Amino acid sequence: MTTADTKQSSALRVEIQQILSAQQQPTITILSSLLAVQDSIHYLPEEAIKETARFTGETTNEVWSVASFYTNFRFTPPGEKTLDVCWGPSCHLLGAQSILESVHSALEVTEESESPDGKVTLKYNTCLGACAQGPCIAIDHRVFGKQTPQTATKIALDLRGLKS
Amino acid sequence: MPTPFEELKTRALKRWGEFTSDEKAWIRIGGGTSGQASGADLVFDSFKSTVDSSGANANVSMVGAMGLMYMEPQVDILMPDGVRVFYGNVEPSEAQEIVTQHVNEGKPLLDRAFAYSGGDGTTTGSLPSLDSLPTISFQERIATRNFGETDPHDLLQYIARGGYEALNRALTEMTPEEIVDEVKASGLRGRGGAAFPAGVKWGFLAPSTAPIKYVLCNCEEGDPGAFNDKGIIENDPHTLIEGLIINGYATRSTHGYVFIRTGHNLPIEAARKAIQDAYDVGLLGKNILGSDFSFEMEVSLTGDSYVAGEETALMEAIEGKRATPRFKPPFPAAAGLWQKPTNINNVKTLAYVPEIVRNGSGWFKDIGTETTSGTAIVCLSGHITYPGMYEIPMGMTIRDVLEKIGGGVSEGERIKVLQAGGPLNGLLGEDAFDTMIDFDAMSEAGASIGSGGIIVGNETTNVVDLLRNLIAFNQFESCGKCFPCRLGNTHMLEILDRMCQNKAKSSDLALIERVGVSMKAGSLCGHGQLGFNPIASALKYFGDEIEACLAGDLPTPGVFGDGTMILPTRTRP
Repeated sequence: MTTADTKQSSALRVEIQQILSAQQQPTITILSSLLAVQDSIHYLPEEAIKETARFTGETTNEVWSVASFYTNFRFTPPGEKTLDVCWGPSCHLLGAQSILESVHSALEVTEESESPDGKVTLKYNTCLGACAQGPCIAIDHRVFGKQTPQTATKIALDLRGLKS
Repeated sequence: MPTPFEELKTRALKRWGEFTSDEKAWIRIGGGTSGQASGADLVFDSFKSTVDSSGANANVSMVGAMGLMYMEPQVDILMPDGVRVFYGNVEPSEAQEIVTQHVNEGKPLLDRAFAYSGGDGTTTGSLPSLDSLPTISFQERIATRNFGETDPHDLLQYIARGGYEALNRALTEMTPEEIVDEVKASGLRGRGGAAFPAGVKWGFLAPSTAPIKYVLCNCEEGDPGAFNDKGIIENDPHTLIEGLIINGYATRSTHGYVFIRTGHNLPIEAARKAIQDAYDVGLLGKNILGSDFSFEMEVSLTGDSYVAGEETALMEAIEGKRATPRFKPPFPAAAGLWQKPTNINNVKTLAYVPEIVRNGSGWFKDIGTETTSGTAIVCLSGHITYPGMYEIPMGMTIRDVLEKIGGGVSEGERIKVLQAGGPLNGLLGEDAFDTMIDFDAMSEAGASIGSGGIIVGNETTNVVDLLRNLIAFNQFESCGKCFPCRLGNTHMLEILDRMCQNKAKSSDLALIERVGVSMKAGSLCGHGQLGFNPIASALKYFGDEIEACLAGDLPTPGVFGDGTMILPTRTRP
């Protein structure tokens, strides 16, 4: 590890420590701590696991077991924006597969991953909770309904700063 | 001297008067996640800035969604004369015209509106009254009584409409035992899916003299197609908070948790604000409303995990661990959260409690059917003309809900298939549409009203493809603790995938049934035990189609032509 890496890592540790101790709710757990970190810096770096272990007095093993269980947690930095596409049964019946296919090509991906320019993370969502407006997508948890392959393509391209 | 509650009520009525005075109009825009998905927040911004910049004599509020989601974004205007006119599918660009003509000149845009309420109808031309719309008239709104009426972030508006009267009555006039008896007598059954009598469950926890006892409210609601739990919290959070406090008092508990999945920001923010506001006026904390009863409450967030909605897994999640189910016994009432005595109730169950305490158990018992009192809050989506969230008395038939409220199929010719009650419950075919909506009749038909979600598929729906979608969800969401569930769902998904690609083997039907039996026998919680339900019910209602699919006689579904489907690839380690 270079000196620059170490410096960056220790800055990250400090940031994570601040996030962990700024938790407001009375009940603080491994899960609440990991959620707080991901909420702030959008992924869980190695440092988050170690600092959460220290903060909660648990082993890193315990922390990893929680982090690896919940599918919202990720361990590499995401794109600048996260695009969720719903594949739940309501949206499925209304054409979610076509939406997914068009978003794949707009983002140049073939599965849940980052677009090659690193701007957008694609996630498949089991249900965004606005089934009456399906098919739904969401940008950073803000839901947009009544999508078509055309509107979804435009949204995905816009997020990458590309013209449709 | 006025009691603390009387003081609150006075403040609340004054506040309500500011919005409903005969001097100022009130523009209400329906919010919630569905509203947001349709752009209601942009419509709100547009009305707000139009009113602010033009100096129009009106208040503008984002209120709870009324549930008529086919009309969203929905805007209504209550004029000083008491007449309220409703506009549907409003664009932000229409704000200027509506404010100018309706608010400033007193001329509602009757061609643009869909209903009115208040007044005698003489000023609203041929507009139908709101109560005469089938999407309203067939409803019996108890848990959803404030939807579309109040700003969910305004505690005083909730109190002005009778809120916290039940809690005040409970604390000042009733013993905890009397409340448990009242809930028992009401016949209220748990709305989370298991349909267990709520009062009986409360009765398990009440006698314990442990110094710390928990009541938990389950709003995990991972079921695709269901949005009524989140709907109640984001549209009228205090109904739930009041229900949970009464639950706490009745069981002599000390702490309450509202359990919500991360990412669902509107319900999370609504719950947090409601709890904070309740603390600020003494409805939570020490000596609530001046009584001897003290009770703490907070929101607990979970990560993405469907099984976290199972009651023992939920407790693991609140403790911050992996959300996997525990062995029972011990049952939660004996050793639950942090091994302390615990009660867990679904959002909807608790949301009925204030009105039951306020109006009495007999009133609630008279609504619904012999075995299932009260209402069902159904969420209609898919190929249905009027998708939305509707609170109907138990006992309506599925067909009436689909035709009279839902307006029938939205595209195509007929409704072929329903997915009711979440992905661990069945598919229903037309033979089942005359089933009455109550817990027992639905369960006999092979489905459940459980989550309240009813997803509608028209005649073009490929049943095997829909099954694959449901089983893919169950496979993705298996927590992995019990191998029959973890592997069984994976096997079932492989078989369904083969079927969709016309690559099925003749032995596949027997194989999938055998897997189903193992899952039922060898899984700790409902996720595995009920996981075969969609397939079992599909065999019952769509046996011919499944036979045809096994024989390779059906066109392949999906967008690639080969029957494959885009699916998440992650599984839990």
